[in-house]
Amino acid sequence: MIRARQLGKRFGEKRALRGVDLDVARGAFAVVTGPNGSGKTTLLRLCAGLALPTEGELEVDAPRAAVGYLAHEPLVYRELTALENLDLYGRLYHVPERRERIGMLLERFGLWEVRHDRVVSYSRGMTQRLALCRVLLHGPELLVLDEPYTALDAAGAELLDAQLTELRGARTVLISTHDPDRVAPFATQQLALA
Amino acid sequence: MEAVSRQYRVPLPALAAASLVLVTLALALIFFVAPNDADQGFSQRIFYFHVSIAFTAYACFAGGAWKALVHLWKRDPLADLESYVAVHQGLIFGTLVLVTGSIWAKISWGHWWLWSEDQLVLFLVLFLFYAAYFMLRFSVDPGPQRANLSAVYALFGVVLIPVSFLAIRIAKSFIHPIVFTRHGPNFGGWILATYCVAQAALLVLAYTLYRVELSGKRIDVRLRELSLA
Amino acid sequence: MTYAADVGALARKDLLLELRARDTLPAMLLFVVATFVVFHFALPAHSSQLAASGLLWVAILFTALLGLGRAFVPEREQRVLDGLVLAPCDRSAIWLAKSLATLAFLAAAELVALPVFALFFHGLGGATVAGVVLADLGICAVGTFLGAMAVVTRARDLLLPLLFLPLAIPIVVGGVGASVAGSPGRYLGFLALYDVLFAVLCWASFEYVVTE
Repeated sequence: MIRARQLGKRFGEKRALRGVDLDVARGAFAVVTGPNGSGKTTLLRLCAGLALPTEGELEVDAPRAAVGYLAHEPLVYRELTALENLDLYGRLYHVPERRERIGMLLERFGLWEVRHDRVVSYSRGMTQRLALCRVLLHGPELLVLDEPYTALDAAGAELLDAQLTELRGARTVLISTHDPDRVAPFATQQLALA
Repeated sequence: MEAVSRQYRVPLPALAAASLVLVTLALALIFFVAPNDADQGFSQRIFYFHVSIAFTAYACFAGGAWKALVHLWKRDPLADLESYVAVHQGLIFGTLVLVTGSIWAKISWGHWWLWSEDQLVLFLVLFLFYAAYFMLRFSVDPGPQRANLSAVYALFGVVLIPVSFLAIRIAKSFIHPIVFTRHGPNFGGWILATYCVAQAALLVLAYTLYRVELSGKRIDVRLRELSLA
Repeated sequence: MTYAADVGALARKDLLLELRARDTLPAMLLFVVATFVVFHFALPAHSSQLAASGLLWVAILFTALLGLGRAFVPEREQRVLDGLVLAPCDRSAIWLAKSLATLAFLAAAELVALPVFALFFHGLGGATVAGVVLADLGICAVGTFLGAMAVVTRARDLLLPLLFLPLAIPIVVGGVGASVAGSPGRYLGFLALYDVLFAVLCWASFEYVVTE
């Protein structure tokens, strides 16, 4: 599903990524590790389609509508409620049975009670859980998750574990993390960036 | 940007030589050969500079917009730099239009600025617009985003030129500036020839300067790349 | 018609954000009325009515700038724009939706501003109102577009007026012409031309402003 050859990305004169080769088959669970500044986020942004490579080739066999990207930032409007945020994304992604699906996700991630509260009042863990709802809302085939465990509290981490267990094999996952042991049970391949 | 060598058909030394020859020829024609204008006398000769510089500026802006389009459309790695340099040349020549136009106005009619001169006012607007181009460019870190924003802005510029010109024309009916009638030169004989040579000289000079600045900037970028790699 | 649906969803979001924050529209209203008062003191005793008409357009322009500067701030915070760009919708829908929302705020501000102007200075004819409508379209289309550009730069608020004013000069010419000239039709036509040309340009090139 993802195929990269000698992939590189440069911003002006700064080089963020260099010479990366990657092959992720459909249904695989690829884990990207590396120290800070090694280009994990850049690699994931490239695969999600938010950036274009400056060197090498990249093929991602998934249209925009089939990609779900979890960034460092939650990508939700702080002044809107969880429900309003997800409704917007649901409309933009043309999610069928939008309301039911939103309700189901909010409940699964423990946000049903606070669905009418503005995101600005959430804790960091709650916001991250909302971001996960956003990512999963349109049932993407390719999930690109940038350090999803970082902002999650213990309860949220367990929910994510459960979700990943469910998705393993059925979806393609590209995940970057500081804690490779956590996702080791799911991983089918690993890529270490220098 | 790496290893992209654009092969230009005309080598730079030849261009420089051609510029020198043409500019010298143009100056000779302007000051010694072209006949004196019946109304304005010797001072009218600045018209040869003023009009050719204006046209050259338009050409630079159009060139910048074209390269901008190439950048957006074909993602040519060099096009952004070429567009930037072309706009830079355009701004320089545009400033010269304002200066020569102002001098002309002072000599001919005693005022340093005339709102009735359409072209002069147009260049004032364009000066503001393209100066903002540089503010935009210097306010974004180098990279694909800066290139895209600059390119789009350059395209806006080229649409603005005719629209502004039209606006300035139709504004006159309610602004009522003091209009000085000018008898345009009769485009006959030596006057036409002198103008054509002056125009050609300035276009070649502008292109030469463009190539010079471009090669300098490319070396800059390449050096920085090498030092960071 | 999914494009229209996308634009609708995005515009709804923008209107909702403003309704929540309730800061931009009141600020624009207060600003425009304050500007009129300043104009009263700035116009010498025997200024013509026409001078005041001209200043109306200055007021509209700068009030719009106030609102436009805030247009993409919610997207800038926390890079929410990335989320919109990831969505399968056409990126120009983001621009169109934001323009329509800004247009709504500007129109709302003018619903107050124009009568106040008539109160302070002199009445406004149909041609002026038509001019205001057409000018608003151009201001919002171009201003929103430039606002998206300005918001990714370091200079941000400083840059938007610099980018916007040269492009706004034709709008001012069209608007003032419609207000004061004997035959406003020419100026209204010019405003319409401006709107069409720049709206098409904005629509076609917004993609490049938000992507690489």
